Amino acid sequence: MSRAETSPASLYHRLVVWLLFAILLLPLAATLLYSLSTSWSATMLPDGLTFKWYLALWSDARFLAAFGQSLLVCLGALLLAVLLILPLLFVVHYHFPKLDGLMNILILLPFAVPPVVSSVGLLQVYGSGPLAMVGTPWILIGCYFTIALPFMYRAITNNLQAINLRDLMDAAHLLGASTWKAALLVVLPNLRKGLMVSLFLSFSFLFGEFVFANLLVGTRYETLQVYLNNMRNSSGHFNSALVISYFFFVLVFTWAANRLNKDKT
Amino acid sequence: MNASLEQRHSAAQPALKPRPRASFHRTSQWLAILCLLPFAVFFIAFQIAPLVWVAVHSLSVGGDWGLDNFVKVFSSKFYLQAIKHSLQIAFWSSLLGIAIAILGSYSLRQVDSKLRDFVIAFSNMTSNFAGVPLAFAFIILLGFNGALTILLKQIGLIEDFNLYSKTGLIVLYTYFQIPLGVLLLYPAFDALREDWRESAALLGAGTWDFWRHIGLPVLTPALLGTFVILLANALGAYATVYYLTTGNFNVLPIRIAAMVSGDISLNPDMASALAMVLVGLMALITVAHQLLLKRSYHVAR
Repeated sequence: MSRAETSPASLYHRLVVWLLFAILLLPLAATLLYSLSTSWSATMLPDGLTFKWYLALWSDARFLAAFGQSLLVCLGALLLAVLLILPLLFVVHYHFPKLDGLMNILILLPFAVPPVVSSVGLLQVYGSGPLAMVGTPWILIGCYFTIALPFMYRAITNNLQAINLRDLMDAAHLLGASTWKAALLVVLPNLRKGLMVSLFLSFSFLFGEFVFANLLVGTRYETLQVYLNNMRNSSGHFNSALVISYFFFVLVFTWAANRLNKDKT
Repeated sequence: MNASLEQRHSAAQPALKPRPRASFHRTSQWLAILCLLPFAVFFIAFQIAPLVWVAVHSLSVGGDWGLDNFVKVFSSKFYLQAIKHSLQIAFWSSLLGIAIAILGSYSLRQVDSKLRDFVIAFSNMTSNFAGVPLAFAFIILLGFNGALTILLKQIGLIEDFNLYSKTGLIVLYTYFQIPLGVLLLYPAFDALREDWRESAALLGAGTWDFWRHIGLPVLTPALLGTFVILLANALGAYATVYYLTTGNFNVLPIRIAAMVSGDISLNPDMASALAMVLVGLMALITVAHQLLLKRSYHVAR
C-alpha cells in the first residue's frame, strides 16, 4: 500500500527534476546544435552538421587575442585578490576578530551596487588626471577584485573557522615559529583547498563579466565577452561556436571546483 | 639533557621579560594594521570612491548643487518608464524564477542522490551562463526564427513571440533567476523535516493543510530572502538586455550606461542621479525585506 502511495509522488518529483534540467539545458543545447550545423534557418532542425565554425573560430587571430586578454585580466585580478584578501583575513581573524562584523557589511557593497552604477563613478574618477586608467586592463583588474571579494572572503572565512586558527598559531609559536612563518607554512597550506575552490568559482564568473569590460575598456583591450558583443553582426554559427567554447571553459572550472569540494567531505 | 633544557630556559628568559614583549606585541599590531592597508587602498579606490563620486554628483547641476536632477527624473515620462519597466521585469522574473526554484528544489530533495547531485551541479554551472552568451542563446532559441518559436508555432501553442519585448525579457530574466533561486533555496528545505510531514498526515492534515500551516510559514524567511536577492539581481542586470536590444529597451541600467558611454548625450550628473535611484530601489527592497522578516513569526525563535 505504501508502495502504491509513494510511486505516483516519486514519479512526479522525478518528472519535475527532469523538467528543470530540460529548461536549463535548452538554450545551451540549441547553441551547441547551432554551432555544429552547416545552416539552420526557419526550420526546426539544421540542414547538416560540421566542425568548420570551430575551426574558423580557433584560427581567428582577434578571437585568440581576446581569449588571451580575458585570461590575463582574470588571472591578474585573482592574483591581486589573493594578495589582498589573504593577509586581510589572517589579520582580521587573528588580531582583530571584531573587524569581521564590519567586513561582512563592506563585502555587501559589491552586491548592492550594480556594476553599471560603479562604472559611472569609475569613468569620471579614472577617466583623466594622474590616475587615468580607463581603457586599460588595469582598471578591470581592480574592478574584478571587488567582484571576487565577497565570494572569496566568505569561502575562506568558512575554511579558517574550520581549522581553528588560534590553536594552530599557538602550537606553531610554541614550536618556535615566528608569526610570519606560522602563517605561511602552517595556516596557508591548511587553507589551500578552500582557496582553490573559491579561485575556480571566481574565475568562472569573472570570465563572463561584461559590464565593466564594455563600459570601461571596450575595444581598447577586448575581452572575450566584448568580442562576442562586437561580433553580433557576423555569422550566428560562428558566434555559437564562440559561446560554446566560452562555456566549455567555465564548465571545466566549475567542475574542478565541484570535485575539490567533494574531496573535502 | 637537563643542562641543555636549563640553558634553553635561560636563553628564553629575556624574551619573557614584560617590557620587550609588550613592545614586540605593539610592533606586531602595527604590522597587522599595515597588512590591512593595501586592501583598504584598493577597496576604497574601486568600490567606495566611485560610489561617493556618484552620490555627490547626483546633486550637482551644472556647477551648482541641488535636487534638480532628481526632480527631472521623477517628472520625465521617459525616465519613469525606465523605472517602471525595470521594476516590472524584476518583479515578474523574480516571481516566476522563485516559483520554479521552489518546485524544483522541493522535488530535488525527493529524488535519488545520483540524479539530484547531477542536476544541482548542472544548475550551479548554468548560473554562470548569463549576460551576453545567454542573450545570444535565447536569440537562437526564441528569436523570430528561433527553433523553439517555430516549434511552438507549428504546434499552434503561440501565434507569435517577440523576444525583444517586455514579455520576452521576462522569460529571459526568469531563466537566469532559476539557477540562483535553486542555489539559495535548496539548502533552506533542510528546515522542513520529513517527520513533520508524517506527523501532520497522521493528525489528518492533507497536502494543502501541511503547506498552508507548516511548510510555507517555516520557509517564509528563506523565501523572502531569496526573492529579495533575485529582485536585486534582475534590477541591476545590464548585459543581457543590452545585447538583446542593442541598448534600445528602456530600463534603468541601459539609461544610466547610455549617459556615460553613448555617443549622443553624455551627462554624468544625470547618470549619477539615475544610478542613485537604482541604488535607492535596492536599499528600499532590503529595508522592506528586513521589516517583513521581523513580522514573520518563525524568526523570533
